Amino acid sequence: MIGRRRLTRRAWPRIVALAAVTALVLLPFWWMLSLAFTPEGQSVSFIPEQPTVENFQIAVQAANLDTAFANSTIITVVAVATNCIVPVIAGYAFAHLPFRGSKPLFYVLLSTVAIPVSVTLIPLFLMARNFPLAGGNDLFGDGGSGLLDSVGGLMLPYLVGTMNIFLSRQYFAGMDRDFAEAARIDGASELRTFARIYLPMAKPLLALVAVFSFTGVWDDFLWPLVVSASERSTTVQLAITTFAASGNVRYGALMAATILVTLPVLVVFLFNQRGFIAGLSEGGIKG
Amino acid sequence: MGLLFVVPAALYVVIFQLGPVLYGLVLSFSSYSPISRSGPEFIGWDNYAAIFNDPQFGQAMLVTGRYVLQVLPVTVVIALGLAMLSNRAFRGVGLFRTGLYVPHVVSLTAVSMVWLWMYSDQGLVNQVLDFFGQSGQRWLTTEGGALNAVSVMRIWKALGSNMVLLLAGLQTVPKDLYEAARVDGANAWQQFRAVTLPGIRPMLTYVVVMDIIYLAQGFAEIFVLTQGGPYGTTTTVNYLIYTEAFQYNEMGSASAMAFVLFAFIAGLTIVALRAGQGRRS
Repeated sequence: MIGRRRLTRRAWPRIVALAAVTALVLLPFWWMLSLAFTPEGQSVSFIPEQPTVENFQIAVQAANLDTAFANSTIITVVAVATNCIVPVIAGYAFAHLPFRGSKPLFYVLLSTVAIPVSVTLIPLFLMARNFPLAGGNDLFGDGGSGLLDSVGGLMLPYLVGTMNIFLSRQYFAGMDRDFAEAARIDGASELRTFARIYLPMAKPLLALVAVFSFTGVWDDFLWPLVVSASERSTTVQLAITTFAASGNVRYGALMAATILVTLPVLVVFLFNQRGFIAGLSEGGIKG
Repeated sequence: MGLLFVVPAALYVVIFQLGPVLYGLVLSFSSYSPISRSGPEFIGWDNYAAIFNDPQFGQAMLVTGRYVLQVLPVTVVIALGLAMLSNRAFRGVGLFRTGLYVPHVVSLTAVSMVWLWMYSDQGLVNQVLDFFGQSGQRWLTTEGGALNAVSVMRIWKALGSNMVLLLAGLQTVPKDLYEAARVDGANAWQQFRAVTLPGIRPMLTYVVVMDIIYLAQGFAEIFVLTQGGPYGTTTTVNYLIYTEAFQYNEMGSASAMAFVLFAFIAGLTIVALRAGQGRRS
């Protein structure tokens, strides 16, 4: 009892220090909220005196947010789906179904994690432009604009994350091989063994892959910036910057747009905090 | 059978990751503008020679180096402090960890928007200064201060993820080592030097390496906050590559810059890894 009380008393300075830093770190977000709800032309205060939602209305109309939300949603959903299948099944095979040359192949694939975005950016742009049979291109990729300025072009680099192959291999390597043996004796195919036995046990892995793919794709800025040429292929991150670039910046509406764009990620984060944080340290320790 | 499971992923990575690296390497030895009708023309080392004689590129390398070197130590030291503060179970500790992590979750573009306003003439920073009777400044448009303003934002953004990683590292340090150190009469600083630091060394190295990789590729924050200005004082290499390739259509020399940046990041990473290995006892 005494020991416990002494411990809590000693924890107070920590709590105060942490509370102070946390408040300071979150302060910009509070002002962002406050600014978004303050009528245009009024000065901003800690709590808006006459809160209004007109900034949100302006934001949705002015920044083409409806198209941006539709595009971002499509590319994110597709990328999450492909990333939960293709790299996961590859990681499983690298862990449980080794074949001749699987180890070197794994390391070759893994090495791409270290390549900076700027190195592949220009080639990927040119590949999207010369994509065969897309956007008026012929079979050899000449003539049209290819996948540029299209939703297909937007999703091109997101479909398989190398890091997900690595995470999946690590995850499945920690699982018992005996389940597969038993299934094989019962005559199940490899695909069935994976889909019916290992995949259901890999729910935490799938959650991690889904959450990181979601935020990675939703938040990306550079690729949409180079591949999108008009409003029809804009994304949410792009939409907020065009909004800011328009001469006299209306900060209230800009903050409203930023809040709307950030909300999906914040919701996913708040429901998956443990997954986020565990995922980070997972990659860290084993990487 | 295993091969069949791997083929789709491997094919994708080869076509859309490794292929582009080789393509980029070829481009870096070529002169190529996508607007012209003719394809890339091989010019040997000319692009590399040209960018090394280009004062703009030299400045961008210096800006990138300074950006990494001034953000990295500050953010790692503060994050380590926060990790040590929250490395104890007490009520509400999860709340602080979550709160501190929020800037990391929000996209770089979005947080840059928030700071764009904070640094603006009527923004929060000037309002606070005004409250204390100081005169406001134009944070993002002064030659000497713009990169520092961007750096402060990046330090703030990187704290949370670094803290969480270092916290995970701290929790792998065996508790009885502290007990033993205390019995030997080690004070708090000596315990930190002899137990904590060696214990978290692998994670600390990982954090530093990841920070270097991300910081050296700074782009969205520059695009939103300063557009590389004033007078190129915030033009990072990545920003320069973007303008060279997509505004001036010089795909060849932009590719050469990308490979020099790649080498720069690889070099810094190797230095960090070496330092992280340290002396083994």
